[in-house]
Amino acid sequence: MSAAFHVEHATRSSRIGVGIFAVLLIVLAAAPLWGDRQDLRLLAEIFGYVALASLWNLLAGYAGLVSVGQQAYVGLGAYLLFALTMLLDVHPLLAIPMAGVAAAIVAVPVAGLIFRLRGHYFAIGTWVVAEVFRLLASQVSALGGGSGISLPIAIVTSVAPTRQMREFLIYWLALALVVFVLGAIVMLLRSRYGLALTAIRDNELAARSNGVDVTRTKLVVYVITAFGTATVGALIFLQKLRVSPDTAFSVNDWTAFVIFITVIGGIGRIEGPVIGTIIFFLLRQTLADLGSLYLMMLGVVAIAIMLKAPNGIWGLLAGRFGWQMFPLARRAVIAGLPQQAKT
Amino acid sequence: MNWLNIILQGILVGGLYAMFAAGLALIFGVMRLVNIAHGDLIVLAAYLALVVTETLGINPLASLVVVVPLMALIGYVLQRMILNRTLGDDLLPPLLVTFGLSVIIQNGLLELFTADSRKLQAGAIEVDSVQLGQGLAVGTLPLIQFVVAVAVIAGLQVLFYRTAIGRAFRATSDDQSVAQLVGLDNRHVFALAMALSLAIVAIAGVLLAVRANFDPSIGPARLIFGFEAVIMGGLGSMWGTLAGGIILGVAQAIGAQLDPGWQLLAGHLAFLVVLALRPEGLFPKVQG
Repeated sequence: MSAAFHVEHATRSSRIGVGIFAVLLIVLAAAPLWGDRQDLRLLAEIFGYVALASLWNLLAGYAGLVSVGQQAYVGLGAYLLFALTMLLDVHPLLAIPMAGVAAAIVAVPVAGLIFRLRGHYFAIGTWVVAEVFRLLASQVSALGGGSGISLPIAIVTSVAPTRQMREFLIYWLALALVVFVLGAIVMLLRSRYGLALTAIRDNELAARSNGVDVTRTKLVVYVITAFGTATVGALIFLQKLRVSPDTAFSVNDWTAFVIFITVIGGIGRIEGPVIGTIIFFLLRQTLADLGSLYLMMLGVVAIAIMLKAPNGIWGLLAGRFGWQMFPLARRAVIAGLPQQAKT
Repeated sequence: MNWLNIILQGILVGGLYAMFAAGLALIFGVMRLVNIAHGDLIVLAAYLALVVTETLGINPLASLVVVVPLMALIGYVLQRMILNRTLGDDLLPPLLVTFGLSVIIQNGLLELFTADSRKLQAGAIEVDSVQLGQGLAVGTLPLIQFVVAVAVIAGLQVLFYRTAIGRAFRATSDDQSVAQLVGLDNRHVFALAMALSLAIVAIAGVLLAVRANFDPSIGPARLIFGFEAVIMGGLGSMWGTLAGGIILGVAQAIGAQLDPGWQLLAGHLAFLVVLALRPEGLFPKVQG
């Protein structure tokens, strides 16, 4: 019998979702026309968090690698940007992807070490790695040691000569990066690796017995995530123009927020981090004055969601209405047979 | 002579790390839960001791009488109300819930006590020392801390292998469903294990607070020290945990001597070296 079928990924809701995304993308790309400096900064920050949370979601939600140390790669990306531009005279815009590649190379031996830690202990192992990176960064006196350093004016102006052009450029880069990260994750999940990852997410033992090379798949995801996270980190700190060990390797900024965003939005679903980031920033704009109380509230909400609705807000909606924002479902369309849906 | 002194100091600090580790190893052994809030609970105990000491005007070491039962109660309730619900095949819920707890405790302490660093004053005992030989002396307080750590670990060992509750812990550790079949209430056993873990945390927290400055942000580092001691010691016995703590303490002491910036780094590197060469730890569990 010939294979008279093909696999469809799109559903009606995902077509609507992609349509909305396309319109949103045009509106966002035109933000320098309608927004002021504050808007652009806020939007770029939002893009950064969508990207970081999506990457963490790929790692924890799909590959089951719960890391509480992704600040290791945000910080590594930031420090590599400063090292490449200040010590090796690389152009900042070239240094951003280079930082990502270098971080991916570093991630391979790191994975070799921390993959030896089973399950829960892996999480704390990732934290140790982040601490080691932070302590090493504070030993580099050429980059300001423990107190950090600002990017010299000459390098800043090499990005773009005027401040406004620089801000526009960094904004567009942030937008391009988040689109790239989301697009890459969608492509990855639609590929063979995606099928393997979804299988691992649902049942690691069953995936293994069906011939999925679980360790290899996890290693690939870990390294890809390191690349993406460090690239985002480099761009975030190009916008900040100043780096220090405590800000670059901050567990609150780059891991706690990211985890809360993903858990609240919906872990193990690509839409989760997007929804979570929107909620996070809406809450932050109204409650930012509360300071550490705000963080406590986020913690309480995340715990409540983990206990009551472990699939997060998007999980509730998707379960109720069968929505998907991105074309990720797999549905075999067989000639002459009624369609069978399978996600 | 100087190096002998440094190593001795490292060993004594190692006792404290072993106590951080013991509570962590205990609950991992019984219910396969890694408590990311462990370090923040140590700091919480330190602040409880601070409040008790200041309100009652007693010696910090005497505050243990209040802090230990209080932390044990917190542990029991925490396990029954929240953590029991997260246990299962999925790794995510317990990790994320305890991570959330860590952030809540840390920021709660920050709200209540500000970021100022504090210390408990234990009086004359802090500067006393015991002469061990020519130019070799150890502080009385570090020595007491080490002795307490050894006693706690010996006590745990006895409790595990000589008592009914220890048998219940080992039974649930070996097989949860069989333990339930023979009439153990896992929810209660887990809550007792967490209560015991936090009682040890309370002792560690008070000793930490007498020894050094603390502020709300230092919890995660204590978690990492405890974790490194557990992994280096191997998951075999509590005595392995003590060995892991001592190795960490000595590595940090030697690192600090080489360069003040290397104190923490040397400890982490010792951990990574052990992980690379002997991932099962130095004293792994004997099969059989």
